[in-house]
Amino acid sequence: MSGPVLIGDAMTGGYGAADILHDCTIAVEKGQIAVIVGPNGAGKSTAMKAVFGMLNIREGQVRLNGRDITKLTPQARVAQGMAFVPQTSNIFPSLTVEENLEMGAFLRRDDFRTTMEQVFDLFPILRDKRRQAAGELSGGQRQQVAVGRALMTQPSVLMLDEPTAGVSPIVMDELFDRIIEVARTGISILMVEQNARQALEIADKGYVLVQGRNRFTDTGQALLADPEVRRSFLGG
Amino acid sequence: MDPINAFVLLANFVLVPALAYGSQLALGALGVTLVYGILRFSNFAHGDFMAFGTMVVILTTWVLQAAGIGLGVLPTALLALPVGIVALALYALAAEKLVFGFYRRQRVKPVVLVMASIGVMFVTNGIVRLIIGPGDQRFEDGGRFIFSVREFREWSGLAEGLALRTAQGITIVVALVVMVALFWFLNRTRTGKSMRAFSDNEDLALLSGINPDRVVRVTWILAAALAVVAGTLYGLDKGFRPFTYFQLLLPIFAAAIVGGLGNPMGAIAGGYLVAFSEMTITYAWRRFLGHLLPEGWTPEGLAQILSVDYKFAVSFAILVLVLIFRPTGLFRGKAV
Repeated sequence: MSGPVLIGDAMTGGYGAADILHDCTIAVEKGQIAVIVGPNGAGKSTAMKAVFGMLNIREGQVRLNGRDITKLTPQARVAQGMAFVPQTSNIFPSLTVEENLEMGAFLRRDDFRTTMEQVFDLFPILRDKRRQAAGELSGGQRQQVAVGRALMTQPSVLMLDEPTAGVSPIVMDELFDRIIEVARTGISILMVEQNARQALEIADKGYVLVQGRNRFTDTGQALLADPEVRRSFLGG
Repeated sequence: MDPINAFVLLANFVLVPALAYGSQLALGALGVTLVYGILRFSNFAHGDFMAFGTMVVILTTWVLQAAGIGLGVLPTALLALPVGIVALALYALAAEKLVFGFYRRQRVKPVVLVMASIGVMFVTNGIVRLIIGPGDQRFEDGGRFIFSVREFREWSGLAEGLALRTAQGITIVVALVVMVALFWFLNRTRTGKSMRAFSDNEDLALLSGINPDRVVRVTWILAAALAVVAGTLYGLDKGFRPFTYFQLLLPIFAAAIVGGLGNPMGAIAGGYLVAFSEMTITYAWRRFLGHLLPEGWTPEGLAQILSVDYKFAVSFAILVLVLIFRPTGLFRGKAV
């Protein structure tokens, strides 16, 4: 079967009466990285939440591996192989790092130790701090815990809402490197990013949203090269 | 100067009773803190939950006694404990289904749940008085002392005596066992960890596939078990009266808040802190000082800071001081 692993197809909807998304389409292919960028208030996070089922869409469809999942709750989508890392409050602060990962695997009844080892291989610092309360870690390390927790379900799609918000540029580069590594293991990645330029550099596919509509959609490199995109959204 | 006799005297009238009382408060505070940490409201019905559970234990004890079933030197109430736990767990789950669940589904503010719990408190209080009456009930049986004052005097040859009542000894041992079991459950089992995760970050717990209804149910069952054990131990130690259990709410909440609401370790520390403060402040120190001070220096008065009548003022003072100076409690808990 070809086609995107996950697609939010022509989504229209919002939180209340007024629509925020208008005929907005977001898709990600297997093992690729798709990035949603755009100015503030463009509906980036809203688009992501719509794909994850945290907001009702009036029109359009969300399909995972070709199956219509538009009506499923977020929890049910997790069971179907989607993982979501919220922008804030994305860890269990008083639980240890290891317990955070265990909770990520809560739905799994099989042995998840291999997955935990993979997460520790991906983020070696977490192995050293496995017995420490996650709330005591630095911002960058907490993000690693959050991503690690999401990976514990062995998802086919990992969704990240501004993973680099509030971390230093060095940590950001490091985190992007790790995200590329995750994508190489065959997990598709969909993320919303404020740091548009850096994010598009690692993106296979970029979506520029403006006021809840698709404005530009192309490969990351093509968008970076597009003079209009550069002028309007990347500061020249 | 006679420090040994002074210490024995202190142990008999302050240390041992406070240790037992502190264990009872700690168990009560653990239930309160668990409900606060996971269900996110202060359950004012906890004192009357204790009374309800203890009532069932007492009734069961009477049935067992009538049938001639006992535990020898140990009180029969220990045998009746599981019945009380099951009864109160069912009662708490019914309250959840009929009252708390209704408000939880509407995602109301915690204070609404607190108000609802006050309603549940009054109803529970009424049910208990209706069934067992408002008066005193004694249900202690078995051996009264592990060792009595006279036995201790004969054994040690000291002027002062020290007694350890069976109820006190059982309280301390049972409290220890229950606390260890609770911590094991919360830190080692999958369900326990999921409850801590739910307490930490409810939304993320939902995203991780943790079933909130199950967490709520298990929390009520645990709180009920803790309440029955605390109530029964208190009743064995000091006798059962429904109104006393309602009054216990104050020292129990003081203990939970002192330790930091939502923090089980803090609830235990808070329980002992409140008990020891209450005991030391309301104890008449005259004889103790008499042993320690030189001949003729013994104070004229009782050397008692507060009359026992005012023991609740101690909990209240602790509560106020903590809320003013350290609202999150001595251990890091949630702000009230």
